[in-house]
Amino acid sequence: MMDQGIIVKVSGPLVVADKMKNARMYDVVRVSEQRLVGEIIEIHGDLASIQVYEETGGIGPGEPVYLTGQPLSVELGPGLIESIYDGIQRPLDVIQKKVGDFLLRGVDAPGLSREKKWPFKPLKKPGDKVMSGDIIGEVPETELVMHRIMIPPGVQGEIVSIEEGEFTVEEPVCQVKDAEGNTRDISMMQRWPVRIPRPYVKKLAPLEPLITGQRVVDTFFPVAKGGTACVPGPFGSGKTVIQHQLAKWSDADIIIYVGCGERGNEMTDVLMEFPELLDPRSGKPLMKRTVLIANTSNMPVAAREASVYTGITLGEYFRDMGFKVALMADSTSRWAEAMREISGRLEEMPGEEGYPAYLGTRIAEFYERSGRVICAGSDGREGSLTTIGAVSPPGGDLSDPVVQATLRVVKVFWSLEDKLAYQRHFPAISWLNSYSLYTENLDDYFRNEVHEDFAALRQKAIRLLQQEAELSEIVKLVGIDALSPSDRLILETSRSLREDFLHQNAFHEIDTYCSLEKCYRLLKLILTLHDKSEQLLHEGIPFKEIQAMKVRETIARARYVDEHELDKMDEIHREIEEESQKFIDEGE
Amino acid sequence: MLKEYQTIREISGPLVLVEEVEGAKYEELVQVQLPSMETRTGRVLEVDHDKALIQLFEGTTGVDIHKSKVRFLGRGIQLGVSPDILGRVFDGLGRPIDDGPEILPDKKLDINGSPINPYARDYPEEFIQTGISAIDGLNTLVRGQKLPIFSASGLPHNRLAAQIARQAKVLGEGEKFAVVFAAMGITFEEANYFVEEFRKTGAIDRAILFLNLASDPALERVATPRMALTAAEYLAFDLEMHVLIILTDMTNYCEALREISAARKEIPGRRGYPGYLYTDLSTIYERAGKIKGKKGSITQIPVLTMPEDDKTHPIPDLTGYITEGQIILSRVLHKKNISPPIDVLPSLSRLKDKGIGVGKTREDHADTFNQLFAAYARGKEAQELAVILGEAALTELDKLYFDFADTFERRYVSQGEYEDRSIEETLDLGWELLKVFPEAELKRIRPEWLEKYLPRFKKDREEEEAA
Ligand SMILES: Nc1ncnc2c1ncn2[C@@H]1O[C@H](COP(=O)(O)OP(=O)(O)O)[C@@H](O)[C@H]1O
Ligand SMILES: [Mg+2]
Repeated sequence: MMDQGIIVKVSGPLVVADKMKNARMYDVVRVSEQRLVGEIIEIHGDLASIQVYEETGGIGPGEPVYLTGQPLSVELGPGLIESIYDGIQRPLDVIQKKVGDFLLRGVDAPGLSREKKWPFKPLKKPGDKVMSGDIIGEVPETELVMHRIMIPPGVQGEIVSIEEGEFTVEEPVCQVKDAEGNTRDISMMQRWPVRIPRPYVKKLAPLEPLITGQRVVDTFFPVAKGGTACVPGPFGSGKTVIQHQLAKWSDADIIIYVGCGERGNEMTDVLMEFPELLDPRSGKPLMKRTVLIANTSNMPVAAREASVYTGITLGEYFRDMGFKVALMADSTSRWAEAMREISGRLEEMPGEEGYPAYLGTRIAEFYERSGRVICAGSDGREGSLTTIGAVSPPGGDLSDPVVQATLRVVKVFWSLEDKLAYQRHFPAISWLNSYSLYTENLDDYFRNEVHEDFAALRQKAIRLLQQEAELSEIVKLVGIDALSPSDRLILETSRSLREDFLHQNAFHEIDTYCSLEKCYRLLKLILTLHDKSEQLLHEGIPFKEIQAMKVRETIARARYVDEHELDKMDEIHREIEEESQKFIDEGE
Repeated sequence: MLKEYQTIREISGPLVLVEEVEGAKYEELVQVQLPSMETRTGRVLEVDHDKALIQLFEGTTGVDIHKSKVRFLGRGIQLGVSPDILGRVFDGLGRPIDDGPEILPDKKLDINGSPINPYARDYPEEFIQTGISAIDGLNTLVRGQKLPIFSASGLPHNRLAAQIARQAKVLGEGEKFAVVFAAMGITFEEANYFVEEFRKTGAIDRAILFLNLASDPALERVATPRMALTAAEYLAFDLEMHVLIILTDMTNYCEALREISAARKEIPGRRGYPGYLYTDLSTIYERAGKIKGKKGSITQIPVLTMPEDDKTHPIPDLTGYITEGQIILSRVLHKKNISPPIDVLPSLSRLKDKGIGVGKTREDHADTFNQLFAAYARGKEAQELAVILGEAALTELDKLYFDFADTFERRYVSQGEYEDRSIEETLDLGWELLKVFPEAELKRIRPEWLEKYLPRFKKDREEEEAA
């Protein structure tokens, strides 16, 4: 007989069951005859508290609870890419085919298709010694992703047999004999409990930037591959758009996008757009490297809690193959709120704002799962997992416990300001309050790969913007006429930095993506003009005339120059030269 | 036969605790019969062993411990639907209150509905012309969007909502169209204003009204929007209609929710509202949209009043986090006689970007609205500066922006309650206002559009000046 308990209490997503002697923490159970998926989150004697991943309306005491003896896990193998899953890895496309357009309860569908056959090509041969993490073969999963089949954690020995051919994810492709002489079948699918980090050999310091194509991010506040970043901001400040932009244009091999407790249409947007958009590097559709997890706000709150773990476990799995993975979670606040809701139902002692006392620990553990690592396996390959979390504090107030707990662990802070958003200055990332703790580590990369003076230009630009902030205070008190011409020039250049460089329209076909090279050239243009203008001021040319230089308008439109025609920027440099020279000639 | 229990043990606020119950289910519908033979409707909030905690929608006045009887109906709360519900008026719990006949339902639907599978959604991108420039031009509404009006006491949100309902159309289409109206805790007068509006325009025959007025039981409001949405889903996805649903006032809904939470002694979140307010609201607001392969759609216009005009209050805050933008009304503009007093800078339509442009509105739309926003924002800054330092302290250019902000409010934002501007008119008006700037200032607009559109308006201007 299957191990089973009996429901004694139902309160929202929380169900308590009695006679649960064999219950283990975080094991999955099936609730009632409808077999709703749940997870054990507290045990008192024979009583187990269960968070249920589906709506519990119509469930009541006396109904059964079935133990599965398994922790909440995900299925890992070919077929993940291009999927859209709910918070506990049920494929939403399959579910739609099964039960229609609305999500009904108790519908089961495995994370990976059991029917689909994948072409497996061995990279090892019988007799080879293998350990967990070793790549034994590969499967072309999409045009962009060569899925590597690895020996699962905890297995090692000698390959007895390995076969090329078309297999489903359950069929064995290889047999491994361990030291005791036991053979084990290896298939293309592994399972892994979502709440436990996957093993790796060693963590490394992140040294390369994740290039996102977003100017303010890449030049001012870059995130490293394997690093962590957060984007807090009030509603409408641009968290989701920036996450989408990163998912589209980042130079990662794999994108995991977790829509955690946010809007349904935002997931639809990704679903409709990504198959059409082409990756600027490979020219292939972006969807071919993307996995989506969609547990929208109106879907069960407990599954929302699980969704970020499901996402990061998938991320770790691709990292283990040696890929550069980037994960976006929008929004981690909704995850924290799900935690709070369950904690409240458990009548745990609340901490700040009603969040459970372990909020900070959970957030830290989550971000700690990212990193640049030497992967498990004997070849010492490197992989990385970059994590970028949106945070949605009430009223945009940064003293919110979720923001504060996040800032304690992440290394990049993109601070979104509603004031900028109201002016339609996008991305509304504050250039004064944001920071990246990676810049120093990454500057070597920028110097070597982009240009010697990349870091110097950045510093100069940031300095000018800080001066602008100070000068604006003065202007507010005494008016602009009180400023010296060189101060007015600072204001003019800063305006150009803001409007012609930092501002970037995600919906403009060219402006949406900006290469590092183009970032550098744009910045260089603006600052060259600044230097030139300073010189002209020294020569005694009136500020008004310098301000009216025609080339300013050309620079303002330089961001719309196509990536393939960056040479046009050299012409603008010539224009600066010529126009300034004219002043000097006229002066003489 | 349903079993009856006479085992009420506790009554507190809107809650009733019944003991020795067998087989009660979470969220189950309950009927309580008072000694006076009156019956009340309720739902199960929690079942713990043989105890069921019940919330009564019409309150507990007159309920007693000894004689009142409780029956569990073995199902959730439902709404009976059929095509005959069009043109009818119901109370907040879905009971007809007009003089019409009983509804013979084709089917009964659980009012909680089920979440739309995100994979099944179709992205809303059909432009709805409301005839209101501040919306069409700058915060464009599309079919299947949820776009709330954030208002405050004394501001004309009802007139704006009614104007939208009256004028909204998708260009070039004469499809099946319906309005669902849910009133929660608003006054008779306010509700009557809508009824009269619908009557005047003939929309009443294609409308369904759910009315829970200020004088009606407050907790009934918790069910009202769900009743209305269930009706809307039926019209949209069974009868293939395009439904516009107005929910007013969501603030009253949230207050009812807070009352229940307080009675349960739950740990309160911000300002006493329950920690699950976000999740709860999402189960209302997310019931908007379009579904692939289905003809109908649900466009939602919730209305809420911001307590103390505060946008960071949990009700507007959490709403803004769920809805696809917000139209914010401003008391300052209202005092200046700008009507509708839409504060365009903090207002937003998140779905506009894919709902505008070639084939939808016009090619120059995106660029010009970016420019209008930027110019208005700068004009507002100049105005602030002028308050401190006087207009004389502004640069020439800033003076242009200063004037622009004023003209923009008077001519673009402000318009008549019955003025129905076409999108062409709205976009042209934008150019008309922008033409005062030197071209170098119009950085957000592509040179092609400047070349194509600007001369036309400049010429008008020269002619005006000549005349
Ligand atoms: N980079 C950008 N370019 C253009 N528009 C943007 C950009 N970022 C944000 N927006 C605008 O702001 C709106 C709100 O952004 P969104 O990311 O949805 O905000 P949040 O997730 O913080 O609530 C978008 O619908 C879009 O109109
Ligand atoms: Mg968002």
